[in-house]
Amino acid sequence: MTRSPGLRRWASLLVLGTALTLSANSADAKKEDKKPALIAANPYPSTYKPYPGTPTALVGATVYDGRGGRIDNGVVLFKDGKLVGIGGADMAIPDGFTKIDAAGKFVTPGVIDIHSHLGVYPSPGVDALSDGNEMTSPTTPDVWAEHSVWPQDPGFTRALANGGVTTLEILPGSGNLIGGRAVTLKNVPSITVQGMKFPGAPYALKMACGENPKRVYGGKGQKPSTRMGNFSVDRQAWIDARKYMDGDHADRDLGKDTLEGVLKGEILVQNHCYRADEMAQVIDMSKEMGYKVTAFHHAVEAYKIADLLRENDICAAVWADWYGFKMEAYDGIPENAALLANAGTCVVIHSDDENGIQRLNQEAAKAQADGRRIGIDIPDAKVVSWFTYNAAKAMGIGDRTGSLESGKMTDVVLWNGNPLSVYSRPEKVWVDGALLFDAMDPKRRPVSDFELGQPGEGDVK
Amino acid sequence: MSRRAILAAALAAAAFSPAAFAQDFAITNATVATGDGSAPIANGTVVVRGGKVVAAGAGVAVPAGVQSIDGTGKWVTPGLFAAVTDLGLLDVEGVKDSNDSEADESPFNAALDVSPAVNPDSEHIAVSREGGVTRATVSPYNGHSIFAGQGAVIDLGADPDAVTRARAFQFVQLGEQGARLAGGSRVAAHVALRNALREARELAASPNAARSPDALLTRADAAALAQVIDGRQPLYVGVERASDIRSVLALKTEFPRLDLVLVGATEGWLVAGDIAAAKVPVITMPLRDLPSAFEALAATQFNVGRMKKAGVKVAIGMFNTSNQPRYAPQEAGNLVALGKLPGAAGLTWGEAFAAITSVPAEISGMGGRNGGVRAGVLAPGAVGDVVIWDGDPLELSSAPLEVFIDGVKQPLDNHQSRLRQRYKSLDRTYLPKAYDW
Repeated sequence: MTRSPGLRRWASLLVLGTALTLSANSADAKKEDKKPALIAANPYPSTYKPYPGTPTALVGATVYDGRGGRIDNGVVLFKDGKLVGIGGADMAIPDGFTKIDAAGKFVTPGVIDIHSHLGVYPSPGVDALSDGNEMTSPTTPDVWAEHSVWPQDPGFTRALANGGVTTLEILPGSGNLIGGRAVTLKNVPSITVQGMKFPGAPYALKMACGENPKRVYGGKGQKPSTRMGNFSVDRQAWIDARKYMDGDHADRDLGKDTLEGVLKGEILVQNHCYRADEMAQVIDMSKEMGYKVTAFHHAVEAYKIADLLRENDICAAVWADWYGFKMEAYDGIPENAALLANAGTCVVIHSDDENGIQRLNQEAAKAQADGRRIGIDIPDAKVVSWFTYNAAKAMGIGDRTGSLESGKMTDVVLWNGNPLSVYSRPEKVWVDGALLFDAMDPKRRPVSDFELGQPGEGDVK
Repeated sequence: MSRRAILAAALAAAAFSPAAFAQDFAITNATVATGDGSAPIANGTVVVRGGKVVAAGAGVAVPAGVQSIDGTGKWVTPGLFAAVTDLGLLDVEGVKDSNDSEADESPFNAALDVSPAVNPDSEHIAVSREGGVTRATVSPYNGHSIFAGQGAVIDLGADPDAVTRARAFQFVQLGEQGARLAGGSRVAAHVALRNALREARELAASPNAARSPDALLTRADAAALAQVIDGRQPLYVGVERASDIRSVLALKTEFPRLDLVLVGATEGWLVAGDIAAAKVPVITMPLRDLPSAFEALAATQFNVGRMKKAGVKVAIGMFNTSNQPRYAPQEAGNLVALGKLPGAAGLTWGEAFAAITSVPAEISGMGGRNGGVRAGVLAPGAVGDVVIWDGDPLELSSAPLEVFIDGVKQPLDNHQSRLRQRYKSLDRTYLPKAYDW
C-alpha cells in the first residue's frame, strides 16, 4: 500500500516548494518619506460582512459558555449577529425571537482551530495547489498565507458541517524557521479570501524550530543544517529586524515589516515546536530579542515544562495523542493536555489536519478521558474551552468570539448531543448569527465550486 | 491448547514468566458485545478456558473451578482487529534506520515478505495493545513497484510469537499511485499487473525451465505471485476511484481464481452493487470525506454505510502511525453518529463494532473457516482475545481495563505510560527527573 492520502502533515513537512521568492518592493519608497512600516496599512482588507440572520432563542439546552461555565436547561439569545442574552430557564424571551427547542441538546461557542492549512494545502492535494511552504529561504517573514489560500478548498465546508468550525487560523507550513504571516478567517464560503478575513484580527507570524527547517535546508547543503544553525539564523533575523525598526524605513522590506510588527507586539508569534528543551531555548531567545511567543504549536513535550509555559504566559496548542511519527514526537503522550491543564497552563486543541479539524471536540474529549484515568478530572465545560475560548484568546480575538457572552459575535454551534461524545454531531452552526449549516436542511450546507457537478454533490460528506 | 498457551505454559514451567499463563476465567454481569454484528447484551457472561472462548452471552453459567471476575458496570468484547497496518515494522516513521515498512531500493517487490521483520517489542504494538487491539494484519508499503509484497497476520501479545500467518496476502497498488509506480499511467499499471501474473503463471507451469528473455520480474517475485493466480493467497488491491474499482473487478473474468480484497475504495459507494455482486470485501478508512485527489472526488463519510447497505462486507482499517490502530473505536463510533442524521448512511452499533472486530478478522482469513483460527468474536471456539472496558468501547471516554490474548493477561504499560508516571508531578526539587522511575 502507499502512505495514506489525506494526512497533510506530511505534505506540509516534507514537500519541497519551488516557487520564486518575493522581491521587496522598493520602487515607490522615497527616501524623504520617513514613513513608518506599513503594518497598520492593511492593504488586503477584510470585506467580510455578516450574512443575514433572524433573532433566535435557543431554549432548553445544556450550554457550555466556552470559558468554563455551564448552564443546564439554558437559554441563548442572539440578534443582529450579536449574542444578547445567556441565562437559565427563567430568562425571558423577548417578542420577535424565533424559538428553537434545544432540550436534550448542547450549545457551545463556534469551534476554533488555531492551526490549519486549509486553503494553502487544499483538497485535491495536487502540486498545482500546494502553496503552504515557501521553502526557498529559511526565513520568509515576507510571505503572507492569505495570498496562498484557495477559498474553494472543500475542506472549509467539512470543517463547518462536521466540526462546527466557525473561525480558523491558516498558517504557512513549518519548512522554514520563519514561515510567514498567518491569517485568521471566518469559516464562511467566499469567492475571495478577503471575504473570509476575520475583521480586525491581529496577524500572526508562523515560526518553527526543530527537525523540519534543518532537514529542508541541510538537505540543500545550506544553513541551517543543525539545531544550533536554526537558532543562529533566527537570532540574526531578529537583530536585523531591530536595526530596521530603529531606522528610517526608507528602503521598505516586507519581511522586516512583519518582524517589526512582532517586536512591537502587534503581530503574535505562533511557534511550531515539539521538544521541551527546545521550547525553553525559544523562550530565552524571545526574551533576548524582545518579543513574545503567544503559543507553542504541537508541543508534544509541553507536559514536561507545564510550569515554565505557565510562568511565561504561553499557550500550548496540542493534538490529543499524536506521537512517534518523527523523532521529535517520540515522547508524545495522550495525557499532555490534561497535565497542562492541571498545572494551570493554557491548553488549546488544534488540528494541523484537514480531517482532524472536523473533530476537534472529539480530540478534546479523548484528552479529557486520558487525564481522568490518571486522576485529573477536568469538567466538560472547561474542556470545551480548549477548542473555543482558549484558541480565540491565543489568536488575539478572545474579546470578540470564542465564548458565549452578551455583545460577542454569534458564532454558535447547536450539537445534537454532548459534544464530548462520539455519538454527537453539529446540528446547526451560526456564524455572526447567520445559519450557515443545518443538518436537518439539505440546502443549508455549502458546496464549493470545485465540487459542483461531481458525484456526491450536496452530501453532508 | 493454543500455540500461545503451550508457550506460556512452557515459560511458566521454566519459571521465566509465571504471570504469562493462559488463565481459565469468566467475566460476569458485564455488558457483552460479541463482535458478530449483534447489539450489546446486558448482564452477560464470557467464559474462557484453555486460551479459547467457550461461552459468551446471557444466561451462561460459570463452570465450577473457573475464576470469576465481576464485570458490573463494565463492557466485555473481543479484542479489536486492525486490518492493514504497519505495526511492528517501524519505531519512528521519519527515522529511516528504524523503518522497515518500505524498500524502494530493493530489486524485489512481490517477493518481499514482512514476517521476519515484525518486531513484537515495537512501541506501537504496545500502545495499540493498551488500546484494546489484539490482532492485526501488517502490510508493506510500495517501494518502486505496484507490488508492495506480502503481508502477515499477527497478534499483539507481549511475547516473541507475533506472526500467526506469514505471507497472508499480496498487496498491489493501482489508481493514481499505481500509475506513478508503473511508469506514469493507469494503462502502464494494468499492463504491469497482467504481465506479472502471466510471468508467474509461466514459472509455475515450468519451474525449472529457462525464463523468457523479456521477463521483467525476478524469479523470486514471479514465484511469489503464483499463489495469487490460483487464489491460494489473497490479492489486496489499493484502489479508490469508481472506474478503477470496476477495472479491478473485471480482472476476475481473466483470472477467475483471484481472491480479491479492495483497500481504500473511497468511491466504493458508487459501485457498491458491483462490489457486492463480485463478493469482494473492502477495507477502508471510513471518515475520509475530502476529494484529496481526483481519484477520490466522491469521498464521503457515507461510503461505509452505503456499501454495507448494498451488501458489501466492509471493515475499518488502513492504520499507521498517523491513523493509529487505537482510533478504530472512534471511527466506528462516528459511523453510529451518522445514523442519527436525516438522509445519512451510517451503521448500527453492532455493525460498527463488527467492522473493527469480526469483519476484519474474516477478511484476514481469521474467521474460522475450514477449521481455521477464529478471531474478532466472542463465540465458542474463538481465540481467547478478550477486552474488559470501563464503558462503551466506541465512546471517547472509554478505555480498556484489562486485555487478554489467547487467554493470557497482557501487560498494558509502555514508553508512554512510563512518561506519564514520571511527569504527573513536575517536582524536581531534590533530584532531576531522571531519577524518578
